[in-house]
Amino acid sequence: MYKLLLCLRYLRTRYIALASIVSVMLGVATMIVVNSVLAGFTNEMRDRIHGFLADVVIESRSKDGIRNSKDQLQQVHDAVGAYVAAATCTVEMPGVTSIEINGETYTTPVTIVGIIPWEKARVGPLVDCLASHNPTIENGEVLPALRSRGVSPGWELTSEAAEWRRFIKEQQEIILRNEGLLESSDSTGIVPSGSDVTVTTESERPEPPIFDAPQTAGSDVDFPFDPVDPFNITDSVISGIRKEPHEARVYIGEGLVSYQVRDPETGKLEQVTMIRPGEDVTITTVKAGRPEPVSFEATICDIFRSGMSEYDSQLILMNLEQLQQNRGMLVRDPETGEIIEDKITSIQIKLKDYTNAEIVVEKLKAVFPPGLVTVRTWESKQGLLLSAVEMETAILNVLLFLIITVAGFGILAIFFMIVVEKTRDIGILKSLGASSRGIMSIFLSYGLGLGMVGSMAGVCIGLVFVRYINQIEEALSWLTGRRVFDRDIYYFSRIPTHVSPMMVFCVAMGAVGIAVVASVLPARRASRLHPVRALRFD
Amino acid sequence: MAQIIKMTTPLISAKAIQKTYTTGQHHVRVLRGAGISANEGEFISVIGQSGSGKSTMLHVLGLLDSPDVGEVLYEGKRIDNLNETTRDLLRNRVFGFIFQFYHLLPELSLLENVMAPLMIRHSLWNYWKQRREIKQQALEILEEVGLGHRIKHRPSQLSGGELQRGAIARALITKPRILLADEPTGNLDAETGLEIIALLKKLNITNRLTIVMVTHDEAIATQAHRIVRLKEGRIENAVINKAMIATAM
Repeated sequence: MYKLLLCLRYLRTRYIALASIVSVMLGVATMIVVNSVLAGFTNEMRDRIHGFLADVVIESRSKDGIRNSKDQLQQVHDAVGAYVAAATCTVEMPGVTSIEINGETYTTPVTIVGIIPWEKARVGPLVDCLASHNPTIENGEVLPALRSRGVSPGWELTSEAAEWRRFIKEQQEIILRNEGLLESSDSTGIVPSGSDVTVTTESERPEPPIFDAPQTAGSDVDFPFDPVDPFNITDSVISGIRKEPHEARVYIGEGLVSYQVRDPETGKLEQVTMIRPGEDVTITTVKAGRPEPVSFEATICDIFRSGMSEYDSQLILMNLEQLQQNRGMLVRDPETGEIIEDKITSIQIKLKDYTNAEIVVEKLKAVFPPGLVTVRTWESKQGLLLSAVEMETAILNVLLFLIITVAGFGILAIFFMIVVEKTRDIGILKSLGASSRGIMSIFLSYGLGLGMVGSMAGVCIGLVFVRYINQIEEALSWLTGRRVFDRDIYYFSRIPTHVSPMMVFCVAMGAVGIAVVASVLPARRASRLHPVRALRFD
Repeated sequence: MAQIIKMTTPLISAKAIQKTYTTGQHHVRVLRGAGISANEGEFISVIGQSGSGKSTMLHVLGLLDSPDVGEVLYEGKRIDNLNETTRDLLRNRVFGFIFQFYHLLPELSLLENVMAPLMIRHSLWNYWKQRREIKQQALEILEEVGLGHRIKHRPSQLSGGELQRGAIARALITKPRILLADEPTGNLDAETGLEIIALLKKLNITNRLTIVMVTHDEAIATQAHRIVRLKEGRIENAVINKAMIATAM
């Protein structure tokens, strides 16, 4: 009984112990806040990765793909039909994209993914990633979505994109006509539809100059080409401008068409868009079978924004059939034009219940020959990235736990002090018949009390902080005059958080454990004090 | 009273006690074969100069310290070699201590200080069951020592005399058979000191409490039935204070 009374009395009267409580509290609160925000970001990231990838992915080992998408899909349904919610075929292929802006060509390596959007939307939340279906945050302002989220994604241009295309093409036409480079005087200048060629053929173009060859007299003055860019098409004559969108349509990754600059004056990040939906890009990739390069133009009909910079700066989603056509993955009936055979590189599968993923993978592995394809869940496909994030979280936790350990050392020091201060009281208690174990348990329960009070206070503060993190961030931004959490960087309108009760419990228990462990040494010292020496202590 | 003194088996006795304290390289022989015994109901004062070993003798008797050589007997049974748990138990049930500097716990109120030995004795559950009786007991004892009006006060708010009476109340709550008092008046003025001695004498008579009191004050020492004089760790002489026995009778 006396142990409890003294322990409570010491807690109430020793203000120095408040220092330990505060340090435990801060450690616990920090761990809870950081873990919750990290978990929030991780969940968000997993959702985004998962959102783009399907639950289970079958990929062909060769980029030439596997034959007959319909048969393959049927095989999937036959093998694991009971588990499958939806499945779609895609073609994935590395390539290069070229964007022309003000006469400059920007070339970037990309991954081209051929999809059927309405099927892909059933496998993963494609609509969430398309700019036209979602409100856009541009320079801190929220712009409303151009399309309803209920509309199934397709390859049509939005009216804004079509308008923009018309405007751009008219501008180009005016410039070319003014410079006398447009062949036809026809005001429409429309090239017959179906033709993807907008520029006169290579043969009509003058031969590029050979700089090493001896030059004729006076040629250095009248040299007809820009020596920096001998292929500059402004010197060739153009037969017409294609105003109609190309057959090949793409959703282009946001990182490929825009970049962010920090305004030196305001310090704000601003989005600079190089090219908008409605404009064209040139895509170059390699044909299936014999690897010959193939180049074609495509019209951007939407911006792809998953929030994963890895995807947004690398992916171009285009219509599957056009990609197959351009890569020579389709065999058509020469008379009817119907597709006789096609090739695909992967099948994405959404499951009714993701917990069955491993069973599905095993069953699919039995059906599909392992030499031809790999069957993986999205987690094992992104295993490296996910384990890197997990590792990061683990290291951060170890570091943060060191804060609580430091608090533990604080408790150790303060307790030694209290034991010295209370030496005579310990002698008195022993003279009244208190056992050494009893004395020890006073200090152990004192440590336990400190740990529990500190942990509980820390848990409360941490949870309140997490709950109001956005308001706190706003207040901090207002105080400092700078945005603490820049929404433009992460594409989040709010700081994502996720509080796991298990994490909170573990952190609190860890802190209590450390407080108890730290009080063991002082408690042992107290219990071993000789009563007579303790009584005589001044 | 004379009959009590003549009883063959003393209540508590220490025989041929030797005790050496070592501080660093210095060895101080505090007790060199001193012995002492007290019969039930006897009031003994141990007197001697500083360093004569009188306090150490009291600690050895009360099991706060162990002798290097010699033995301590309680009702004829040896108790100095018992295990720690039994010694703790005896300290709680048989002995009551009072000290020169009162030694009340500063965090507790006077009432809580008095109840402390019973808190130590009982488990949390037993204490909870008996809390009303224990409180009543403590209040009665505090009333007996004349502190019934100061129960809520902290030790820092009490005078020296009140503190010592509080310490006596704490020693009495366990109903000990032996009260060991280490210079109980040493820190008090003469008048208050005499009040305390009067209280001890009263307890000795009414409760048949055996008291062993250490003091260096001759005037205080003469209040006991028997005066044992210690010098350099040995018994110099033991005098029966007939005058006091006569008053007691």
